[in-house]
Amino acid sequence: MKEFEYPFDAEYLLSKKKRLKRELLAASEQFLEIKAAILGGSTTSDIKQLLELFLLHHGIKPTFFESEYNRFYEDAVFGNPELDELGPDLVFIHTSWRNIRRFPELTDSPEAVQEKLESEYQRFVSVWEALAEKYHCTIIQNNFDYPFYRLLGSKDAADIHGRVNFLTRLNLKFAEYAESHSAFLIHDLNYLSAQYGLDRWHDESAWYLYKYALAVQAIPCLANSVANIIKAVYGKNKKAFALDLDNTLWGGIVGDDGVENLSIGQETARSEAFTAFQSYLKEQQQLGILLNIDSKNEMCSALAGLGHPEGVLKQEDFIVIKANWLPKSQNLAEIAAALNIGVDSIVFVDDNPAEREIIRQSFPNVSVPDIGDEPEKFIRILDRSGYFECVGISTEDLNKQKLYQQNAKRADLLQSFTDYDEYLRSLHMTARIEGFIPLYMQRIAQLTNKSNQFNLTTKRYTQAEIEAAANDPNCVTLYGKLADKFGDNGVVSVVIGRRRGEALHLELWIMSCRVLKRDMEFAMMDALAAKCRAMGVKTVYGYYYPTAKNGMVRDFYQLQGFTKLSEDTEGNTVWQLDLEGYQNKNRFISVED
Amino acid sequence: MTKEEIYAQLDEVFQDVFDDEEIHVNAETTANDIEDWDSLEHINLVVAIEAKFGIKFNMNEVVSFKNVGEMVDVILQRV
Repeated sequence: MKEFEYPFDAEYLLSKKKRLKRELLAASEQFLEIKAAILGGSTTSDIKQLLELFLLHHGIKPTFFESEYNRFYEDAVFGNPELDELGPDLVFIHTSWRNIRRFPELTDSPEAVQEKLESEYQRFVSVWEALAEKYHCTIIQNNFDYPFYRLLGSKDAADIHGRVNFLTRLNLKFAEYAESHSAFLIHDLNYLSAQYGLDRWHDESAWYLYKYALAVQAIPCLANSVANIIKAVYGKNKKAFALDLDNTLWGGIVGDDGVENLSIGQETARSEAFTAFQSYLKEQQQLGILLNIDSKNEMCSALAGLGHPEGVLKQEDFIVIKANWLPKSQNLAEIAAALNIGVDSIVFVDDNPAEREIIRQSFPNVSVPDIGDEPEKFIRILDRSGYFECVGISTEDLNKQKLYQQNAKRADLLQSFTDYDEYLRSLHMTARIEGFIPLYMQRIAQLTNKSNQFNLTTKRYTQAEIEAAANDPNCVTLYGKLADKFGDNGVVSVVIGRRRGEALHLELWIMSCRVLKRDMEFAMMDALAAKCRAMGVKTVYGYYYPTAKNGMVRDFYQLQGFTKLSEDTEGNTVWQLDLEGYQNKNRFISVED
Repeated sequence: MTKEEIYAQLDEVFQDVFDDEEIHVNAETTANDIEDWDSLEHINLVVAIEAKFGIKFNMNEVVSFKNVGEMVDVILQRV
């Protein structure tokens, strides 16, 4: 909903929140349902309500537990039956500088200050450890905002007795903890409050009257920021840019003005702004965001523009370049198809408001930020929109550009074969298929949240749940990693089954669409059959739950040789495979042991 | 701005905050008259009224309003 996109009107959201909730619930039928707990060190009532709105906007429907006022520590460490009953997938700990119990006194020795720092830190660690042990949940923890006054003035930052100094050091300790705990994420309240402006962020009357640790008007901003992390945890980040060229990536019209007259480089303020924007996009690309062009231009002009010696982005930085005179909406649909992603994973960036409006009309799910036409503002608008909120950088992300380029080479090779089997043989594919190992937990969790098409049950897992499955003796877990002569595709398929007696029930079977029609699903089935036999499992049950996106695997279990046991009115099907006499089906992939 | 205009605008604020288009307030309206008007909704109401009229109530005023009429008196002084 447009109301929730940056820059949103906080007061509007606050005053209309009840109506907006109704409208959000009516706007979609398919929500991802999650169980979330908000443990507060101050009042959280409106934070919960606004967070719910922003999550619904992202297609996530939360069931909440909300701690009583300032009970975050007690609920986590001593437990709370209601919290146990919910069994949260995710816990947001909303604390602030108000929750520091003992700040340094001016007379404290350095050792005493250090002891206070350690004791505040340990108090939080005990909260996190208790929650992780009980619920194997994702934890989102605020770091600390700075107080609204400074006893020592600027020296508050530089003296160990200063609160600013103390909170800065505590924030660094929180960050260190986050580095070694992947299911633990910092919500950067410190940056958010600075961005909002500390003078507006702090409202003492809201504290004295209602025990809100921030101004009520700042709550939508907080909720948006936390919702961005949560949607990223559940794989709902955007994946790609579709970018206009003229007056978006450079100043001027390349077809009219000529390459030599474009604004890009360091010559003028305007050209510097475009160069900075290109550098920003290059940084996004290095994080795994796919760059594409959707421009009304002759292809030769577009490529000439990208060849500008001062440009940061070059032709090879883009996966799909659409430069033609077709409607941009048609190009956008083709970009999505070529990348094998939904249009709802694309951010469309264009300085022309008419083009933006057409895309909004054609595809309500595409993100179309109002970037305006001033290049110096593009970065901030995109940054604040939180499309690509990062919750963990996997090597897959860092190599994504390369993966897509290899796919382009495979597509070229396929053109040269008339026999598909010959093509598969020529790829010299090798796979590694085994139970989950720590190195890949993050990628595996990411895949369970990102895969929509080749996904039999559309069950989502947090990294904590993936780790729990890997350690559960009654779970069979398999990941598959596929490489060929063009390169390594990384982890592309994941299977999780739960054993009951001599039967195995498949809770999850997913595969990346990058490796469709490569026989990888058969290699996975062979490995699953072998693993089942080794542990005395005789029958495997598969489940298919239809969604708007997974029609391609409706007959998957039939292809794998299963027999259909039942089908209900909604199209949910149950399948059975007797493992006796199972014969391996993979013909083209050599599987390493 | 006249008192009538203020009441008309207040009706809109109350209707938004409590999501009920039937609500109409007058000088005597208190929290007892509106089902969802508890202390946590009170702050939303205050923030919404401040935004609507572009004013700020001070802390003392927020806790001492006995009915909508007293709010309107303060609004009249500020707008």
